[in-house]
Amino acid sequence: MKYEEFNDNEYLEQLRASGTNVIVGCLDDVINWGRSNSLWPLTFATSCCGIEFMAVGAARYDFSRFGFEVTRASPRQADFIMVAGTIVHKMAPVLKRLYDQMAEPKYVIAVGGCAISGGPFKNSYHVVQGVDSIIPVDVYIPGCPPRPEALLYGMIQLQRKVKVERFLGGKNHKEKENKE
Amino acid sequence: MLVDKIKNIAPEAEIDENGILTVTVEPAKYRELALRLKEERDLSFDFMICMTGMDWGDSLGVINLLQSTVHEHKLFLKTFTTDRENPELPTVSDIWATANLNEREVYDFLGIRFINHPDMRRLFLRNDWIGYPLRKDYDANPEINPVPLESEETLDATSTFEINPKDGEISEKENILFEENEYVVNIGPQHPATHGVLRFRVSLEGEIVKKVDVNCGYIHRGIEKLCESLTYPQTLALTDRLDYLAAHQNRHALCMCIEEALGLEIPERVKYIRTIMDELNRLSSHLLFWSCLCMDMGALTAFFYGFRDREKVLDIMEETTGGRLIQNYNVIGGVMADIHPNLIKRIKEFVKYLPPMIKEYHDVFTGNVIAQQRLKGVGILKKEDAISYGASGPTGRACGWSCDVRKHTPYGAYDKVDFKEILHSEGDSFARYMVRMEEILESLHILEQLVDNIPAGDYAVKTKPLIKLPEGHYFKSVEASRGEFGVYLESRGDKYPYRVKFRSPCLPLVSIVDLITKGGKIADLIAIGGTLDYVVPDIDR
Repeated sequence: MKYEEFNDNEYLEQLRASGTNVIVGCLDDVINWGRSNSLWPLTFATSCCGIEFMAVGAARYDFSRFGFEVTRASPRQADFIMVAGTIVHKMAPVLKRLYDQMAEPKYVIAVGGCAISGGPFKNSYHVVQGVDSIIPVDVYIPGCPPRPEALLYGMIQLQRKVKVERFLGGKNHKEKENKE
Repeated sequence: MLVDKIKNIAPEAEIDENGILTVTVEPAKYRELALRLKEERDLSFDFMICMTGMDWGDSLGVINLLQSTVHEHKLFLKTFTTDRENPELPTVSDIWATANLNEREVYDFLGIRFINHPDMRRLFLRNDWIGYPLRKDYDANPEINPVPLESEETLDATSTFEINPKDGEISEKENILFEENEYVVNIGPQHPATHGVLRFRVSLEGEIVKKVDVNCGYIHRGIEKLCESLTYPQTLALTDRLDYLAAHQNRHALCMCIEEALGLEIPERVKYIRTIMDELNRLSSHLLFWSCLCMDMGALTAFFYGFRDREKVLDIMEETTGGRLIQNYNVIGGVMADIHPNLIKRIKEFVKYLPPMIKEYHDVFTGNVIAQQRLKGVGILKKEDAISYGASGPTGRACGWSCDVRKHTPYGAYDKVDFKEILHSEGDSFARYMVRMEEILESLHILEQLVDNIPAGDYAVKTKPLIKLPEGHYFKSVEASRGEFGVYLESRGDKYPYRVKFRSPCLPLVSIVDLITKGGKIADLIAIGGTLDYVVPDIDR
């Protein structure tokens, strides 16, 4: 897909309208170019969407074309977490901890209906109604499960988001301060 | 006859001969009858297919489906207690090993305590969960059980409830799982080799495994409770998401169960299409098994080979069903849409394509000395243990237990095709691996026979949008990719099921992990887990 064809999400470019210093801005571009093309996902999957995530990693869809191939088993080495699958009450604290263990800057992609809102299990007594109630989410990929193309599209959206960030002197990706 | 023999043992038992024989006994006689059902030679009910905890409104209880692997007869054994405050039933976990985890599940969902059960902990929900969700009067208010932000405390001790034979008092006894000075390693829930969010606590002596304690529930989605508030056609969607690598087969079981209850006659064409889809699904699942096992053992290239070929199966399925992984194809009375004109041609191409690839798989991986040494003679499961634990499917067949539902109670078009039931006798990891590899070829053989003979006709019979099943209970099972997948359905004549229980093939598989890894090396745990090939959402449901 050509870059111009990403017609949605124009707000991302608007984020940059705040005015950036030329030298720092150029440096930002270079750093972000590098960062966005080497995003390392955490090997994390709870259910069906995880199999599609594996399919994206395999030969036909091959996310290493976009620099995602270094899947990490440890959250300390990962840049983003694909929440692929249902998150239930018992898993929620574990997911929160995994997110907390990741080093900044870190991103979250919610994959599939379950991670977005609870999906087909929304009415269940033991399912979290969307992971955004536990951790901040950057990109949502709908589907049950989403096709590999959709996963790739979502991951490329994340790359765009990384590209417009200001790496030096401030950040767009802000977390709420913990007031404890 | 079976009825007479049971009347001999327990004259006061209530016997219902409608459908599968149902025997209801008082809790006091339950254990004795269970023991004799198992032990007596002409009964020998040695395989507990499924244990279902029930809330009948006025009473709580369990209904067990038993089968004899010798005589192949089936029977429902039912018992109940009317005490809703402190429901207690005797355990049968020492008679059938599979009852161990199943009774914990019943305790978790319905709060029935099993007397003398060695490990009365919750199985899926957290220890601090309030209420028992499968009771009809369960309060699902999210304020009672909010989403927790702290993990539960891991307990090293569990309890057993014992009954004093003199005064009938019930006392709680502490059972130590792990001693204070034991070296316990935690594996999971976030670990790439557990195939999902499963958690093991492994006690080690050097690198020798002393004990494995399985913790489930990290993907317990409450599907059985959800089904109770959905109409029959709506419940279908959830089965696909149980074991997503056996989506068709799971849904096939539920459809068959509902169709049988309705007395619906299914066109021949539908049976053929469903069988073809089941086998394609089995192919995709076994190819994924091979990819993942190899990856777990460090052979990353194999992963790409396996997925390359799996994509081809998915293509074939996608053309007809519109879905890759979860297809939502079977409906009550038939299938969603007719087959795609390309299907037959594609399958024929694929049947020719795959066998040379399997040969290549064997060349690159099976013959490899590392693979051989890590799989052969490791994780040996005995046949009687497989039956007692209910570990059916390729795992059971690898130790010589003939348990293929397709052969023993043929459904779909399996009675019209000629195929071998793959049996090995070693019971080790390598046998489990080889059973699956040979089953791939056998599936191709089945497909070959079916594609040219799909009969003409309707692809579905018309059903009403609102289906009401006649009162009663029904059970139907299929051979899913990992073992026997069954659906137990109880209806009270409403448009919603009163109780749905899925007999998951993976729960028994995970229960044997402790048995077959004990005394082995910690590194073998990964290979054993890989060859058992459990799918965690299917364990947790």
